[in-house]
Amino acid sequence: MAKQSEIRYLTPLSVDVKKKKYCRFKKNGIKYIDYKDPEFLKKFLNEQGKILPRRITGTSLKFQRRIAQAVKRARHIAMLPYVTDLMK
Amino acid sequence: MNNYETVFILTPVLSDAQMKEAVEKFKNLLTEQGAEIVNEENWGLRKLAYNIDKKTTGFYSFLEFNADPAVIDKLELNFRRDERVIRFLTVKQDKFSLEYAEKRRNRGGKKQETTAPVVKKAEKAEKAESEVKSNKKED
Repeated sequence: MAKQSEIRYLTPLSVDVKKKKYCRFKKNGIKYIDYKDPEFLKKFLNEQGKILPRRITGTSLKFQRRIAQAVKRARHIAMLPYVTDLMK
Repeated sequence: MNNYETVFILTPVLSDAQMKEAVEKFKNLLTEQGAEIVNEENWGLRKLAYNIDKKTTGFYSFLEFNADPAVIDKLELNFRRDERVIRFLTVKQDKFSLEYAEKRRNRGGKKQETTAPVVKKAEKAEKAESEVKSNKKED
């Protein structure tokens, strides 16, 4: 009985509960990504204004293509920068 | 007939009237070619994300219209020839964007208006000042 409490950890064991990534467009039923809304598109960019990979955002391939298209259009009409530092 | 939308940026050196006239010119061009304008938006003077022709701001205009594909060539040719236009983008609307555009129209593009006209006031004040100077007569 006493043996059970012998091993004590200073910090609770980190149990790897992987949070499943999901595609927010599929989940919310968004069908079209607007290139005219730079604030929304910024969620898919890093600090330098590069498009984040799918493995980080969890977006499905279909919508990743559409994000890329929208971001590139937004860059063309100067709503998003091509290169920058500290965007957020 | 296809559905298109176009965004174009005019130089910030224009006055309000000149800017409106330029937009009017392209609208007339479209209607003359048999296009039907669905929606028109003026986003006002906005900051550019990067400099274009050494300019940091520009007047954004947005048009939605139905037209034949041949009209787009003419429109873009005129955009290139017109030195007041510093950037333009024309996109064909597919079924998803068409749906989105309709929703957006019903919303009235309120989002855009809240973000845009901050820069405008300062510029207007400047213009007013220069006008006052020119109005001063020799007394």
